[in-house]
Amino acid sequence: MSGEENSERATLSEVQASMPENGNPLLEIDHLSKEFAARDSIFRRSRRIVHALRDVSFKIYPETTFGIVGESGCGKTTLLRCILQMIRPTAGRVAFDGVDLVKLPSSELRIKRRDLQMVFQNPFNSLNPRLSVLAIVSEPLRTHTKMSHGEIHDRILDLLEQVGLERDHLYRYPHEFSGGQLQRIAIARALSSNPKFICLDEPTSALDVSVQAQIITLLQNLQREMKLTYLFVSHNLSLVNHISDQIAVMYLGRIVEIADVKSLFENPLHPYTKALVSATPSLKADSRKDRIRIEGEIPDASNPPSGCYFHPRCPYAKDLCFVKYPQMTKIDKMHFVACHLI
Amino acid sequence: MWRVFRRDYLSLLALAIILLIAIACAFAPQLTRYPEQGEGLPNLGERLQAPSKAHILGTDELGRDLLARILYGGRASLSLGILVVLIAALIGTPLGMVAGYYGGWIGQLIMRLTDLFLSFPALLLAIAISAALGPSFTNAMIAIALTWWPQYTRLVRAQAVSVRESAFVEAARTIGVHSITIILRHILPNIISVVIIQATMDMGAAVLMGSALSFIGLGIQPPKADWGNMLTSARIYFSEAPWFAMYPGMVLLIVALCFNLLGDGLRDIVDPQSRRQG
Amino acid sequence: MHFKTYAGTAYVLKGINLDIHENDFLGLVGETGCGKSMTCFSILRLIPPGGVISAGKIFFRGEDLLQKPENEMMKIRGKRISMISQDPSAYLNPLFTIGQQLIMIIRQHHTLTKAESIDRALEMLRVVELPNPQRIMKAYPHELSGGMKQRAAIAMALSCAPDLLIADEPTTDLDVTIQARILELLQKLREERHLTIIMVTHDLAVVAEACEKVAVLYAGRLVESGDVKSVLYHPKHPYTQALLRCSPGIGSREQPLEAIPGRVPSSFELVSGCDFHPRCPHATAKCKETFPSFNRTGGNHYVACHIYGELQN
Repeated sequence: MSGEENSERATLSEVQASMPENGNPLLEIDHLSKEFAARDSIFRRSRRIVHALRDVSFKIYPETTFGIVGESGCGKTTLLRCILQMIRPTAGRVAFDGVDLVKLPSSELRIKRRDLQMVFQNPFNSLNPRLSVLAIVSEPLRTHTKMSHGEIHDRILDLLEQVGLERDHLYRYPHEFSGGQLQRIAIARALSSNPKFICLDEPTSALDVSVQAQIITLLQNLQREMKLTYLFVSHNLSLVNHISDQIAVMYLGRIVEIADVKSLFENPLHPYTKALVSATPSLKADSRKDRIRIEGEIPDASNPPSGCYFHPRCPYAKDLCFVKYPQMTKIDKMHFVACHLI
Repeated sequence: MWRVFRRDYLSLLALAIILLIAIACAFAPQLTRYPEQGEGLPNLGERLQAPSKAHILGTDELGRDLLARILYGGRASLSLGILVVLIAALIGTPLGMVAGYYGGWIGQLIMRLTDLFLSFPALLLAIAISAALGPSFTNAMIAIALTWWPQYTRLVRAQAVSVRESAFVEAARTIGVHSITIILRHILPNIISVVIIQATMDMGAAVLMGSALSFIGLGIQPPKADWGNMLTSARIYFSEAPWFAMYPGMVLLIVALCFNLLGDGLRDIVDPQSRRQG
Repeated sequence: MHFKTYAGTAYVLKGINLDIHENDFLGLVGETGCGKSMTCFSILRLIPPGGVISAGKIFFRGEDLLQKPENEMMKIRGKRISMISQDPSAYLNPLFTIGQQLIMIIRQHHTLTKAESIDRALEMLRVVELPNPQRIMKAYPHELSGGMKQRAAIAMALSCAPDLLIADEPTTDLDVTIQARILELLQKLREERHLTIIMVTHDLAVVAEACEKVAVLYAGRLVESGDVKSVLYHPKHPYTQALLRCSPGIGSREQPLEAIPGRVPSSFELVSGCDFHPRCPHATAKCKETFPSFNRTGGNHYVACHIYGELQN
């Protein structure tokens, strides 16, 4: 299955050419922020504010894959939750198909959820162990449509086939499956209501490399067949590079760089991006030569450094970096960086 | 799952004993030669007889065959225990799920109500309610159930809170499933096993409590038999006719013990300990 | 030193022959269930209950570890062979400070005065490049970040100057930038202290970056081993080749990830012949019958494959 269709996969230049400048983004995030109040255990009065997300903005165009990369504490999970309205953002806009989800009343939001689905990181936890595969995969259908049992049954069988499962898996239970198969079930569930947009939160982190390859190939094929748009979150830069058209790099709740995939790797501009690229282990030995070492640990999200968050670890930090957080600058049509050095 | 249960001989034995006693009590009229005596007809000619061929377990203070009385009494006592627990679980479980899933003010309200009921000693509360309502089977049942439901609420709420945090519940919310559907389809099936275990173990205690109530005269009234009120009479005659107290007492003990063992066995299935390989 | 082992119960390991020379940095690679962690536990004789080593020998500096009585093994563990694991919290007792734990280990294997132990502990913390060792000595594990905890675990493992360090997926839970620094640290320690390191990982890229030699495991058997450059650039075993093709790497965007069809056999299944043959694109009839012997194909590159593992001189 994987072999034949790969030759049809669009080359990067074709994708870039088709990326519309005047086309409407399917998802537009505008100055999104989310704060949490963290209570200090000793001093009950002082409540530290954790800026899990700060001023996050980006656009995702239809039928593309947008990757988000970052290490722990960067806020990518919070970002997904805010997009899906599982938690309410403190500020900002989440415009899906032109409609701001933040402002929608819950009844209308529920209807919109049909088009916006999610695949979770841990396939062993994200499926109800007491429900059969049929029940799990058909849940979006039963929630959003009034299809009859027979119709649902047939549709689920089709879906199972599409994700590479057998027909007789329909009545089995999660504990009978391997991680890879469970993730396929989760994907089938996400697809059942025919969504336009799927968020994928590290969908392959819990899987072996060879299984990961199967799932990624499946996702790519499905994207082509069903004209889906993906938001792919991962800490694995190599993987994100492989599957995404555009990538945003996050650090401590802010986006530091957005670029299309080719530019990000050929010409990373933000020092953190450069460090991330050079720290990512690669099978090619020659990448060892230009290793950029960054010192220190990732700071505590409730007490971020002043000015540019990255300055304590940045090999190029100037005085201005200590004081003022850099604005997001547009380098060219798809490349944005938040750094004083540009 | 059943395989594990089958290996646990003690629990299987307990289950067998309970079923045996239950079936025996259900078929009481068929199993005894003295159904009328079981119902309450006195037989003053044979008062307080020791166990003999005619009366296998002896007779009570009104000459009624003890075996018959025990079997008929079992109907009341057992069914009381089972029904009470069912009612308590049926009240407590939904309340617990709502409190656990929604939290907030309604959760607080339910839990404070629970705390209120739990702060009374169960038996005293049952006695009070029963006395207020008047002694009868139904009222005893209501009284005990009212003291018992808070336990289930508390148990279920704790479980619901932890299930609420699981990834599949979050997944259901991202799909847009309605809250009530989430509770019924996702939370309930994942907590029900805990409730069943608790209920099984509670049945023994409920039978005991029911007997306690009838012992002091607040449950089933004579001449209808019930293990508790049999003990009331038996107490007075203990020195002359010890068997009169022994047999109902023993049955009570066995039933309570077996329910406990059964509950333990069920719990071992649900929380399997690490089993050694090979 | 070299070792070969077979282990029973669910056939976790089915035959591993490995020679590890002093100062090697070996990467033990494989997917879940291939037996890489079990191999490490076997060396230290710390197999979980129920596991049995049914055949084989493990020679460490000429002595067979499998024959040693337990009290002698206890002297070896920590002092001559040390191990760190994926989750440093498993090694760090949350109730004691880092300093206390370090000192406990040092005093268990050496007779030093308290002051000497403290100095030794501080020195170890410096060696693993932890900033402000004095403060770390007094800190509890939960106060440290993941990367720092792993460094502390390495400090504890090295405190008695072992000859061999076994690192079981030490960077899997860490962020990429931290991982890079831990790998650098391991390389540096290896050079400075003439350490031999066996690093278990599922990530071929990590092996490419840090290790010098690599051994690839599949379903409890060793299928290929040799120098990293040799194995990763000229892989001979079809499994190794497939693994390389499905690993995403920077700059590999144009090439699709080729998935390996099928699944890894569970340890309860015994596949006849070569374990990989059901998934191997080049399988022949011979592959289904006999397991290929582990042959040398040039330099110290060994392969267990009927097709690609021909003996060469």
